[in-house]
Amino acid sequence: MGAATKTVQLLQGNAACARAALAAGCRFYAGYPISPSSEIAEVMARLLPPAGGKFIQMEDEIASLGAVIGASLAGVKGMTATSGPGFSLMQEHIGYACYAEVPCVIVNVMRGGPSTGLPTLPAQGDVMQARWGTHGDHPAIALCPSTPAEVYELTVLAFNLSERLRTPVILLMDEVVAHMYEKVDMRRLANLPVENRARPTCEPGKHAAFTPGADGVPVMAPFGDGYRYHVTGLAHDDRGYPTQDPKLVAATNRRLQEKTVRNREGLMRYELLDTEDAEVIVFAYGIVAAAARRAVREARKQGIRAGLFRPITLWPFPGEELAAACAGASRVIVAEMNLGQMSGEVQRVIGRSKDVESCLKADGEAISPEEILLAIEGKEVRHV
Amino acid sequence: MFDFREYLRMEMFPHMLCPGCGHGIVLGALLRAIHSLKLTKDEIVVVSGIGCSSRLAGYVDFNTLHTTHGRPLAFATGIKLARPELTVIVITGDGDGLSIGGNHLIHAARRNVGLTCLLLNNQIYGMTGGQFAPTTQIGRVSTTSPKGQYETPFDSCKLAEAAGASFVARGITYEPSALEKLIVAAIENKGFSFLEVASDCPEFFGRFNKLGNPADQILMQKQNVVDVEAAAALPAERLRGKMLTGILHHEPRPEYGAVYAESVA
Amino acid sequence: MERYEVRLSGEGGQGLVLAGAILAEAAGIYGGKFVTYTQSYGPESRGGGCRSDLIISDTEIDYPICAHLDLLLCLTQKSCDTFSSKLKPGGLLIADSKRVTNPPSGPFRVHSVPILQTARQKMGREVAANMVCLGVIAKISGLVTIEALRQAVAARVPKGTEATNLRALEAGYALALEVAPADALCVPAKISA
Repeated sequence: MGAATKTVQLLQGNAACARAALAAGCRFYAGYPISPSSEIAEVMARLLPPAGGKFIQMEDEIASLGAVIGASLAGVKGMTATSGPGFSLMQEHIGYACYAEVPCVIVNVMRGGPSTGLPTLPAQGDVMQARWGTHGDHPAIALCPSTPAEVYELTVLAFNLSERLRTPVILLMDEVVAHMYEKVDMRRLANLPVENRARPTCEPGKHAAFTPGADGVPVMAPFGDGYRYHVTGLAHDDRGYPTQDPKLVAATNRRLQEKTVRNREGLMRYELLDTEDAEVIVFAYGIVAAAARRAVREARKQGIRAGLFRPITLWPFPGEELAAACAGASRVIVAEMNLGQMSGEVQRVIGRSKDVESCLKADGEAISPEEILLAIEGKEVRHV
Repeated sequence: MFDFREYLRMEMFPHMLCPGCGHGIVLGALLRAIHSLKLTKDEIVVVSGIGCSSRLAGYVDFNTLHTTHGRPLAFATGIKLARPELTVIVITGDGDGLSIGGNHLIHAARRNVGLTCLLLNNQIYGMTGGQFAPTTQIGRVSTTSPKGQYETPFDSCKLAEAAGASFVARGITYEPSALEKLIVAAIENKGFSFLEVASDCPEFFGRFNKLGNPADQILMQKQNVVDVEAAAALPAERLRGKMLTGILHHEPRPEYGAVYAESVA
Repeated sequence: MERYEVRLSGEGGQGLVLAGAILAEAAGIYGGKFVTYTQSYGPESRGGGCRSDLIISDTEIDYPICAHLDLLLCLTQKSCDTFSSKLKPGGLLIADSKRVTNPPSGPFRVHSVPILQTARQKMGREVAANMVCLGVIAKISGLVTIEALRQAVAARVPKGTEATNLRALEAGYALALEVAPADALCVPAKISA
């Protein structure tokens, strides 16, 4: 811990996540050990008690997210972290948090799958699971950092969005970003703005638990503060009482879906590199975006007008932004560590005028800059 | 003066439980226990899972959380850790608490988290149409054991005690005032309190097994149990096949929150 | 200095994850360079393959994964067999003379150094080899100064073990002087001292 107090330090992705959570006001962590996310739990176990928070190692990932939701309902910001198999187990409670509108942050450090897969080898195979893993229509917010410093920033953002929109937010890391260390000047990350959920100001008894405000988000009262109300995973009315009235059910389901989209400001994060005049645009996220950045620079040296679109917010999908960036390009390449999960989404956005090309890898190894450069050059990539 | 309407969300009525269902008797005992403990409505959280018994949470005017199937103890653990001053009561059923949620039960007991867990045992999955549960006695008919149940049922009280619950009791709906006292004692225990209540399901369990009307089924509970204190003086053959009621185990030990505060300091 | 890739490789239990972290902190925090650091290890806590990868640069590092190694340290024959093909032409291989009995030849410089033996003889135990490695690397590569390493070691190792670890570091530094010919001790052209 000697380095922890220094302004300039080597920061690991997982440690950055835990420390950012503390900075964002997280005071509750429940989790179950799983590689490659375990360092997050280990750092939380050390840092939460002195900050007046609670750490608990639960019996499984289902219980972990359940406990986090419970703590959040009692007014305490909570987080859990896991990897593929644990993320699968958490899906039911992600849906619960969506429907009951309970803020919480879920970190998934992606490793190779399916099933037990490739423990601690990198992958990006959970991006569609982050969108559609839990059953039923539901909102989804997933953020994807590509460096440890960005893990820190996005963890704070995840809490902020979660508090602002009363919805679970997923931080999707790949194993490389989670385990790598980089030199970070902590002054750059200090004092990031922290948002807290709105609390009711009306008298108890006058508060309608799920009546939305102008932004589509209901004001949240913590359990124990005198605003007694009912929370359920059943379809419910504005009081939280179960209902099967089609009008009420439809209104709530639509509102939940739309509350992320209509609050795009500050939610849609992406990075553009050399896209203005680009003929070839590479779409890449997480650690693959780091390789793509290097490949784009190499291509430029060779006189190929290449550019990078890096979605930072994976869900909701930054479709408008991507379409605008790709408007002038003749080719779009999706590079990702899976068998093409985002490729379909990109194709949907750019339309049928051009076919999305792919640079895909799902073998436990990161995609290299050379492989992406080959794709940019239009040559065959061995690993596809 | 106790008035149950003070504790109920009258706008939620009529309730969805079947005529003759024992769960209302348990709810009545719970509300009288809360009244006698002089707990305010704001300081009580009722957490439940999925199933008929878990629907009780919706009818009571407390902070109420109707969670997912089998997981109320996990949610309740989070609430208790976040706001230790709250009285957190978990209502679960035999399928919810012992089958899909069995692992959470033993770990909540092991940790001795300050929760009161009421497990309403009607030996059947009622809401899904009468399938056998992990408590269904051998030979009993259900929609998934048409020739009689053949798996050995759980004794949930022995399970909770072995897992570390500091308070374990069993009550029956035949004796609502004794049940009320058990609930009071369970809430007063600082750590994890487990209370199994034998309830009846006339619609499925009773009808499938030709057990007569609801009153007959509640009377049957009485015939199947022996009070734990009385049992001490009875010969073994009088106890054969009987369940014990009353406080079966009470061994106070430091509650999870206190242990946590001391251990991480 | 442009991108300079270092891999410390061997097996679990040799302390190479800690050595990598210390080297990264020496170069990044005390040496003022940009640095990224990654590790890879198998499910075994002891005996499985293990490696620490660092990239050190004067400019921001866009891609943190090592693929073209400038410096490879090997404490087992297996790690040497696995990774020596990743060495750049003109790169530097530092191999333990006991465990790497068959060092490869190629368009790179090879130094066979009795790292484990020195750890055992000078420090009384082989687990000190990770600190010996760092001293050897500092002297042979000139990548970091011995002073930056001293600071990083003192800050990172468990309290009460600083003196022992520093002695192991110095033993490595002295060992490099002994075993490497003088002309090999110069700093590679692209590295500023």
